[in-house]
Amino acid sequence: MSVNRREFLKIGAAGIMIGAFPGIAFASNELIPKKGQRVVVVGAGFGGATAAKYIRMWSGQKIEVVLVERNTNFVSCPMSNTVLGGTRTISDLTGNYTTLQKKYGVNLVQGEVTAIDPDKKTVMLANGHLSYDRLIIAPGIDFMFDRVEGLSAKVADESIPHAWKAGAQTTMLRKQLEAMPNGGTFVMSIPAAPYRCPPGPYERSCQVASYFKAHKPKSKVIILDANADITSKKGLFTAAWKELYPGMVEYRNTSNVVEVDVASKTAKTETENIKADVLNILPPMKAGAVAGMAGVVGADGRWCAVDFLSYESKVHKNIHIIGDAVSSSLPKSGHMATAQAKICAAAVIEMLDGKQPDQAPTLSNTCYSMVSGNEAVHVANVFRFNAEKQAMVSADGGGVSKARSEAEGAYAASWLQNIMSDVLL
Amino acid sequence: MKINKRLISVMGCAVLLSLTTGCATRTVDKHARNMAGSCAACHGTNGHSVGGAPVLAGLDKTYFITQMKDFKSGARQATIMNKHAKGYSDEEFALLADFFAAQK
Repeated sequence: MSVNRREFLKIGAAGIMIGAFPGIAFASNELIPKKGQRVVVVGAGFGGATAAKYIRMWSGQKIEVVLVERNTNFVSCPMSNTVLGGTRTISDLTGNYTTLQKKYGVNLVQGEVTAIDPDKKTVMLANGHLSYDRLIIAPGIDFMFDRVEGLSAKVADESIPHAWKAGAQTTMLRKQLEAMPNGGTFVMSIPAAPYRCPPGPYERSCQVASYFKAHKPKSKVIILDANADITSKKGLFTAAWKELYPGMVEYRNTSNVVEVDVASKTAKTETENIKADVLNILPPMKAGAVAGMAGVVGADGRWCAVDFLSYESKVHKNIHIIGDAVSSSLPKSGHMATAQAKICAAAVIEMLDGKQPDQAPTLSNTCYSMVSGNEAVHVANVFRFNAEKQAMVSADGGGVSKARSEAEGAYAASWLQNIMSDVLL
Repeated sequence: MKINKRLISVMGCAVLLSLTTGCATRTVDKHARNMAGSCAACHGTNGHSVGGAPVLAGLDKTYFITQMKDFKSGARQATIMNKHAKGYSDEEFALLADFFAAQK
């Protein structure tokens, strides 16, 4: 009896010790001592960097902001297809976080988040943790490589790039196109919507065709689209293919790539095998891994449901999600990420002050696609909060260009200058 | 009675507070500011364009409203702005005009 009791006590003590370990882990060092109200922003792309800047700017620098980013530089995904066309390089699309730190007093932590504890309100990194009053995550997208047999992150890095996050893979894809013989075939795939940047794949086909037209006129572009039809700016893209690149671009709808053969660069759909000289597979997409760490991914296992007045998670209080990771009918674009970031920043400032956020958030999206070296087309919409639907709804009057033009090409370049400046400077 | 008195003094504070913030923030209507945030992608932070798109910061209010109405009606043709203008009401044009006019 007494032995049993002693044993029971021992087990109890062990249990307490085991239970204490996560506590010890979270009691690790606070990376930056928290002095006042603090917002931690994870992810410094279009959405996250904008949220960090605007919280500092609109709070009169009262709220502490810690911005966590794993990359050293900012690289714009919008306009990165022009790297494939040859009118820009990745360095033209690259910025840094110096001004956010110096001018706005944003604390930048370069590192990878390893865990998030919504109850203790802490973000863990390898070397310590950050406490927050409110957390904003802007995790962007991750790729569901497992949906395409034969494909993996490693394969994408080494030989079959997605190039759907601007950077090394974009440059690699350009080099593959340069090395391709005249008369070769470029095959690209598009996943079922929703995915990042709806018109982006069709813009890419135009940029690659633009390069082929100038340097490899016997070459072909084949688009394998999992969707039943072109998802964005349909008439404008089909006109560009027909008028600018006659006989060069072949579009196949309802063509879902389910497997690749890496060695022979062959894409396999349910009905056909297509061999490529250069293969570019865009796997299905979901919210970036940080969303999973925060436990804010919805039942679909892909996107995060939010309250559109504040972008606060429907799952966890005090965690906000912005940008491509959000589940909504809003387009997954760079402009949209910055617009959401501002509504979120404004709401976070009010909520930390115990007040209600703006009850009628209104935002807009302007999205250009370069269809040649110097011509662009656009889609533009205003979206406003609909209380009954609890959703952002497109206002009347939005739509696409009448026709491609050089004037819009120039405005697209101006857009890039202004949005990068708005995010970083 | 005591409670009522306290309530009245709280209400008085609230009125005073709203008056002061009203004075201090007359030029910063937060809803207008938030709405104007979307314009920055093309027109720069607070309308300070650094590219080819027009600067909106410091623009005359009446001029701004007239242009937006003309974009909306189609009297002035543009690439993008006819679409955006159709998405906003006349009241919103006035709010945006106030916000951008106040930017130095």
